[in-house]
Amino acid sequence: MSGFTMPSATLLAQSVASGVFVGALYGLLGLGLSLSWGLLRLINLAHFAFAFLAAYLCYQMATMGMDPLLTLAVIVPLFFAIGAALHAAMMSFRITPFNSLLVTFGLTGIVEALIQSIWTADFRKLESSYGEHNYKVAGLYLPLPELITLGLAAGLSFAVWAVLRYTDLGKALRASAEDAPIAAAFGINQRRNALLLAGTCSALASVAGVCLALGFTLAPSQIYAWIGVVFAAVMLGGLGRALAPLIAGVLIGVSEAVTMAVTAPSWAPLVSFTLLIAILLLRPGRAT
Amino acid sequence: MNTHPMTRRTVLGAGVAGLAAASGLSQAQGQPIRIGSTLALTGPLSATAQVHKIVGEIYIEQVNKRGGWLGRPLEWVLKDDQSKPDLARTLYEQLVTVDKVDLLMGPYATGAILSAMGVAQRYNKVLVHHTFGIPSLAKYEMAFPAWSLGSDPANTVPNTLFDALAAGPRPPKTVAVVTSKFPSIQFMSAGAREVLKKRGLTEVLFLEWDFGNRDFGPIANRIKDARPDFVWVGAIGLDGNLLLDAMKKIDYVPPQHFYLYPAPAPLVSLPEAKNALSVTIFEEQPPFTNAPGAADFVKLYRERATAAKLPDPSVEVQAGASYTAWQILEAGVLATKSLDDKAIGTWLKANRVDTIQGKLRFDGVGNYGDDLMRIKQVQGGHWVVVWPKAFTHGGATLQAN
Repeated sequence: MSGFTMPSATLLAQSVASGVFVGALYGLLGLGLSLSWGLLRLINLAHFAFAFLAAYLCYQMATMGMDPLLTLAVIVPLFFAIGAALHAAMMSFRITPFNSLLVTFGLTGIVEALIQSIWTADFRKLESSYGEHNYKVAGLYLPLPELITLGLAAGLSFAVWAVLRYTDLGKALRASAEDAPIAAAFGINQRRNALLLAGTCSALASVAGVCLALGFTLAPSQIYAWIGVVFAAVMLGGLGRALAPLIAGVLIGVSEAVTMAVTAPSWAPLVSFTLLIAILLLRPGRAT
Repeated sequence: MNTHPMTRRTVLGAGVAGLAAASGLSQAQGQPIRIGSTLALTGPLSATAQVHKIVGEIYIEQVNKRGGWLGRPLEWVLKDDQSKPDLARTLYEQLVTVDKVDLLMGPYATGAILSAMGVAQRYNKVLVHHTFGIPSLAKYEMAFPAWSLGSDPANTVPNTLFDALAAGPRPPKTVAVVTSKFPSIQFMSAGAREVLKKRGLTEVLFLEWDFGNRDFGPIANRIKDARPDFVWVGAIGLDGNLLLDAMKKIDYVPPQHFYLYPAPAPLVSLPEAKNALSVTIFEEQPPFTNAPGAADFVKLYRERATAAKLPDPSVEVQAGASYTAWQILEAGVLATKSLDDKAIGTWLKANRVDTIQGKLRFDGVGNYGDDLMRIKQVQGGHWVVVWPKAFTHGGATLQAN
């Protein structure tokens, strides 16, 4: 194990930038998960499988000549429908939050097998013109795919936050999560809203999937590599919140990146999860 | 779990053998010799295991065309271990006790091989294995490696590499060692650190990451910051691609770079992998293809791998080791004229076997023999061997960025 090293200013700044970029992806992946968990009481592990399925669909369409970002026009509605249909099935079987964890874990395995049967277990890399663009600002390298991810993560987080805070739909969703019977007494159509939200969560996963395809090499088994850290971002931020996963994701991403800049990269998960435990212990109410 | 007894192929092989007999070759007769093994036909290791499946099928076909072993045709009883070492152990038990196979062949990869080795030891069966990367863990006296990385690869492989670099256009003075903590990688990288110190080189950076690391950005940043002449990457699978992606994002091209066990096809197809170095025991080029049977094998493998839609239909380390494993087992059976595991094991320990890798011996630690690892480099979108000079072709030499 290597010891502590004092990094140069450039190395530190570039590491912080890397941390912000990867943290934005944690936040984008965590956004739908947090909403689903907090507002629908559904711990949807299949969220990660949907993200990777969307990434592979983006890869497939892009290799057929479509612009990777334009694939969102197909992928987002498709995953909205998948998410709504899954939630409809969950509701009809009255799946409890704990059982939803088991059911969606099983679904994740099925989606992984599906991906593997279509695209094989081999690694796939989306080669696009976006990957060729790299901006240099004040000595820092800012790759376009990462900037797109950051922009989408921030834009969608703020958009969801605004909807939850300022629209009737958002208020209805929050009211249903707070006290479903009272919300129903006020005439809120919980079923319709739940389906709408579940579809939105899956659609958000699909956007994260397109970002994954833009910036990362894909392999079916990598579905599981993201679960721990994204769960940490969701827990750290608090459930059902729109901006919190992004903020928590960036915090984790930067802490990991700076750790990797000053000491052994293998310490990075230890630091991020220690941070999670410390913050949860100091602010236990945030995890409920 | 799937079982794939090669009945149809055996029949086909027997038919071909019949035709061969008419042309003067001998014909396999009687009960088939049943060879049992598992492969990761599904699960995360399935992509590479497909290579071993194709090679095994080719070898069985070729042997049956030649008249089988001891005049009997071969039948391969192949089961799917689903990339799970615990399942591999159960299936090897089943192969010995239920299927009652005559001989065993090793699975893929290291974890499953260790499981199979335990079963083989319990039943005193010979186990020839393909690509087991840690000789010191191969404790069973009747387990024989087909991957000729030598008894002390942590010392010999880095020395071969640094010999190649020393003879290259820009002998390095400073080295960055960055490595996965994956077991078969970590000890090799530790060996590289010792070797470079003994050779008077300066280590300017040493980093380790856990297997499955997602973010290579900060690692690329630190390599760039350290400004090494040469980067040793203890890479397995996709690590090399991910690190090169991260280097590209910060506009960094390492002057010279080495990847220990990369996924070969994805790496060679990456433009950033230009002049990347790695190790090999077999490549599709002379003098490797001059070995008896090698050229035919390469041709057949290319046809089958293309038909199976493998991303890279070329024969390199995995396919080369897999073919070698069958050659080792065949040598033992034919030399002893028996299927007796003890006799085969004793003979293999005392003799050398001609393979497409070269002549192998099995009298070192873990039955490993000589280190036959060569250095290859990505040049013009292909792997070419650049060291030792005797194994290069067409004047290929080591290049630097």
